[in-house]
Amino acid sequence: MIGYVARRLGGTALVLFGLSAIVYALFYLAPQDPAVLTCGKGCTPERLAEVHAAMGLDEPALTQYRHFLQGLFVGRDYPAGPDVRHCPAPCLGYSFETDQPVTALLADRLPVSVSLAVGAEVLSLALGIGAGLLSGLRRYRVLDKLVNGLILAGYAVPVFLIGLLLLMIFCVYLRWLPFPTYVPLTTDPLAWAQNLLLPWTALALIQAAAYARLTRAGVQDTLAEDYVRTARAYGFTERRIVLRRALRGALVPLVTLTAIDLAAIMTSAVLTETMFGLPGVGQLLVGAVNQIDLPVVVGVTLLTGCLVVVGNAVADLLYAAIDPRVQLR
Amino acid sequence: MTVLSVQDLRIAFGAATAVDGLSFDLAAGAALGIVGESGSGKSATALALLGLHRDADVTGKILFDGTDLATATAEQLRRVRGAGIAMVFQEPLSALSPFHRIGDQIAEVYRLHTGASRRAARERAIEVLRQVHIPDPSRRADAYPHQFSGGMRQRALIAMALACRPRLIVADEPTTALDVTVQAQILDLLDEVRTTTGTALLLISHDLGVVAGSTDEVIVMRRGVAVEHGPVDTVLVSPRAAYTRALLNAVPRLDGEGPAQAADGRVLLDAAPPSDGEGSAGAADGRVLLDAAPPLGRERPGRAAAGEPLLRLADVRKTFPAGRRRSLRRAAPIRAVDGITLDLRRGETLGIVGESGTGKTTLARMMVGLVAPTAGTITFDGVDVARRRRHPSRRSVQMIFQDPLSSLNPRRTIGESIADPLRLQGVGDPRPAVEDLLIRVGLSPDEYDRYPHQLSGGMRQRVGIARALAPRPRLIVCDEPVSSLDVTTQAQVLALLADVRQEFDLTLVFVSHDLAVVRQVADRVAVMHSGTIVELGDVAQVYNRPEHAYTRALLAAVPVTDPAEARRRRAERQNQPTPPSPIPG
Amino acid sequence: MRVLHDRGFTVGAAIALVMVTVAVAAPLLTAWEGQDPTTFHNDLLDSARGGVPIGPLGGISGDHWLGVEPGTGRDLFARVVFGARVSLGVAVSATVLQVLIGVGVGVAAGLGGRHLDAGLSRLVDLVLAFPILVLAIALLAIVPPSWPRPVLLAVVIAMLGWGGTARITRGETLTLRARDYVAAARVSGAGPLRVARREILPGLASPVLTYAAFVLPTNMITEAGLSFLGVGVRPPTPSWGQMLSTATTWFRADPLYVAVPGGLLFATLLAFVLVANGVRRVLDPRQRTEVLR
Repeated sequence: MIGYVARRLGGTALVLFGLSAIVYALFYLAPQDPAVLTCGKGCTPERLAEVHAAMGLDEPALTQYRHFLQGLFVGRDYPAGPDVRHCPAPCLGYSFETDQPVTALLADRLPVSVSLAVGAEVLSLALGIGAGLLSGLRRYRVLDKLVNGLILAGYAVPVFLIGLLLLMIFCVYLRWLPFPTYVPLTTDPLAWAQNLLLPWTALALIQAAAYARLTRAGVQDTLAEDYVRTARAYGFTERRIVLRRALRGALVPLVTLTAIDLAAIMTSAVLTETMFGLPGVGQLLVGAVNQIDLPVVVGVTLLTGCLVVVGNAVADLLYAAIDPRVQLR
Repeated sequence: MTVLSVQDLRIAFGAATAVDGLSFDLAAGAALGIVGESGSGKSATALALLGLHRDADVTGKILFDGTDLATATAEQLRRVRGAGIAMVFQEPLSALSPFHRIGDQIAEVYRLHTGASRRAARERAIEVLRQVHIPDPSRRADAYPHQFSGGMRQRALIAMALACRPRLIVADEPTTALDVTVQAQILDLLDEVRTTTGTALLLISHDLGVVAGSTDEVIVMRRGVAVEHGPVDTVLVSPRAAYTRALLNAVPRLDGEGPAQAADGRVLLDAAPPSDGEGSAGAADGRVLLDAAPPLGRERPGRAAAGEPLLRLADVRKTFPAGRRRSLRRAAPIRAVDGITLDLRRGETLGIVGESGTGKTTLARMMVGLVAPTAGTITFDGVDVARRRRHPSRRSVQMIFQDPLSSLNPRRTIGESIADPLRLQGVGDPRPAVEDLLIRVGLSPDEYDRYPHQLSGGMRQRVGIARALAPRPRLIVCDEPVSSLDVTTQAQVLALLADVRQEFDLTLVFVSHDLAVVRQVADRVAVMHSGTIVELGDVAQVYNRPEHAYTRALLAAVPVTDPAEARRRRAERQNQPTPPSPIPG
Repeated sequence: MRVLHDRGFTVGAAIALVMVTVAVAAPLLTAWEGQDPTTFHNDLLDSARGGVPIGPLGGISGDHWLGVEPGTGRDLFARVVFGARVSLGVAVSATVLQVLIGVGVGVAAGLGGRHLDAGLSRLVDLVLAFPILVLAIALLAIVPPSWPRPVLLAVVIAMLGWGGTARITRGETLTLRARDYVAAARVSGAGPLRVARREILPGLASPVLTYAAFVLPTNMITEAGLSFLGVGVRPPTPSWGQMLSTATTWFRADPLYVAVPGGLLFATLLAFVLVANGVRRVLDPRQRTEVLR
């Protein structure tokens, strides 16, 4: 088991390394001059020269990459004229436009995105597993058809469309909820939840579809397995069979999907945040794209990429932990 | 005292009747066998006893312990299941939940029916595991099913059946998925359990030998009807029903006598066409005759073992890397074939026997050139097999596979599958040649355009034979060609093979785990164990005077259809020290 | 054909067919209407109310079948119809590209030796690790605006997303490769290329088709999302996602401007999902055995 964990972590590190290299190559070795992209919209020739020097763009590519990696682990300095801008580790870049290390900007925005992601995940799990379980047991035909329809719709609806719909219904026409803004959890938990309710719902409705489908398939597959027949043959009640055998069988793919999703939600948060006007990492990205602030763009990309990779690795490890067949073969 | 009384049981699935009026009584502590081929309704009967059918129409009476199980409520059924009647299923790996430990699963069943405490349940679990002779039961109880070998898993299933001290154990093909030595052990165990606990046993199997040795009374079923019912000594020694006789005739015997022959040397199976609907040249009165099958058994014309070596294996080895290990320790590579040297002489049929995991399939694939040996050489007619890729003589060696369903491309017509090798040889229009081959293997030329899933298992295997014959090979390697067939179909396919061998002057390698079949077809036999050949020689010699301990153990374990003989062997096995253990896992 | 019995499939296929026709015939349809997607018609807007179209329902008239856009006065019907072209075109081409790359890599990994398989699998892992939306946004941001946007979108989406196809193709190839009939073909003398072509590739058709059918709507959503954020197709080229983005600010005054592209997007996506579902039901080889009670 320890060996497996070690190997998996090693693989993860490798992928992260590859990802950082690719991201770096894409942006800093791209056709457009990175200095121009970093300098931003309000760029003057003097600033451009300053930025160019500070980023060390004259050095060979590998050296630049080395600096970049160095920055990630130990921190980095950007000499720009008389001032030296210090970027503490982990340094994902320095935004000259806002005059802050990218990491600081991200740290500011992270709680919003995390709140959004975790809340949406919990809600979608509850909805999805519940719907999938009931549907998989085939007790109520009407419910089954409904769940079926919702699952298909979940595939077909972009999150911004649902978000728009929810906003229109609940904020404009019914006026049940205010337009969402962000209230930190620590300040006022109730307001925090109330404001995030619509974004959570928008994301959850789509995510739940995937969980419902997975749960339903898992439950149906498991119920058809021989070991369920054995359980029946030994006098298990249906309820016991469902809880102790069917769900357990469906658990494995569900858990792995959750781990992967949690990371993925952060990336699709971009749309949700923009839609609802939440100041999260996603919105930061969109803003940076509009303002042409390359270091921020790179920073966000690296962060989300990292999350996805780690999410996948966690999913693999959970899979090995939950399914006894995997460990020892 | 009667434990179970079944009266006029009828089971129908929609319009199809699986069981049509079955009646029997089972006394306490007695053993009843139900034997039949596929489609006979034996498994349906077993499942119906516990009400495990979903969409079936079950009528009749199933009297157990004062209750009629056919009309019992769900609650009543649940109480009987596991506590009154316990089932042991065929495939132990899939019958146990992979997510729970074995001890926990047994304990759970015990607690369900007795309401005992966790500790008491666990103790009971360990107790029954010990009863089925699982070594170190308290530690083993914490293992997961996939960590056990096939035989141990089946023991664990039997242990679970014993947990609540049932009055009746129903075993549905309990040994079909197991190796022959392990099968003998499990049957011995079932017998022991019955005698020590007084539980009645209902044993269901397609294998007459299995039933012969383990039951007092037997019912022979065919298409849902009991064609014969009586004490096992009578039914299997001097059967009254024609079908029973046909079945017994079709079973290959260890002493080399083949199926009974008619006066003109043709093989006779005097029953209506076999259960899978396959008819090959059925005579008008319904008796099935196999055209021009050469006489088998001791009457075989002396095919002199003369013939220069056609295929030579010199110290052949094959190791596989240990697969994806999940630990940092370098695991030992798997040595599938570990130093085999033998010569295959032209014109002979060499049998290779061994249990699963002995490396016989790997060896077979190396002979054909599908797998390259890690060390050693295999030469065919002087040319190294591995290097014969472009050599025209490559097609001189062909193969017949075990599973006819997966060895034919499901998207291609069978005619096209047979035509493939011919097309590769450059034949422009292979259809006439293919139709010839189809006739030769006993199929109609119209079958050319049919798809594999439209044919029965036996017919598909005939297609496999036709395909192997298409490029006119000199050597055919058969890898378990009849293992997945019913016993009557098996006999027909074997007869066809013998026929074809003579006509095309073939050399055959016949790989099988079934010793009786090999006895019937082979001239020489090689016994494999752990990747090496432990005994090699003339087939009569090896079977009658085995030298190696493993060969002796194998022979002792083969089920025979004579009940008296079966009982004698059981006694012998019990007195013998345990044979060398087969490959774990 | 069995698939026609599935009512969802037929409905979905019908709608999808209509949409595709509309997209292909866009120039004809707009010519019939007599408008084009780029001309501003400021005279049709009420500048006093901030640019809202004059007339009910966003200014529907005989000349402008769906009215005009607020703020610009461009004909909505024409924009929507050309928008279909972009949205469908990008989605379809991205899917086709993804399948080509994914199947190529998957088959190579499945049929190749251990080292090739290991190397390609690492590559696939890497590609699967890409946060598609984020990377797409980032990439599209740095690309010079002179490059043709829709083509670029299709390429970017394909390059970032082929990992899934490669993974299932590899899995299926490995399964097929282990089948006895492949061994039989080799014994009969077929070389590896012939085996790949005649035995493996046909077996891949079903799973890959099923997968691709679901990937298509996903790609469409990605394109719509990117255009919504403003990094995808840029004006004046119309795209439904992009139109939705501007429509959000107008939805109280001119709800039709939201409803039309939104509804069409939803309908098209749903249609494709229903088609994919129907395809999966027909091609899925698993026949579930009766559950014994």
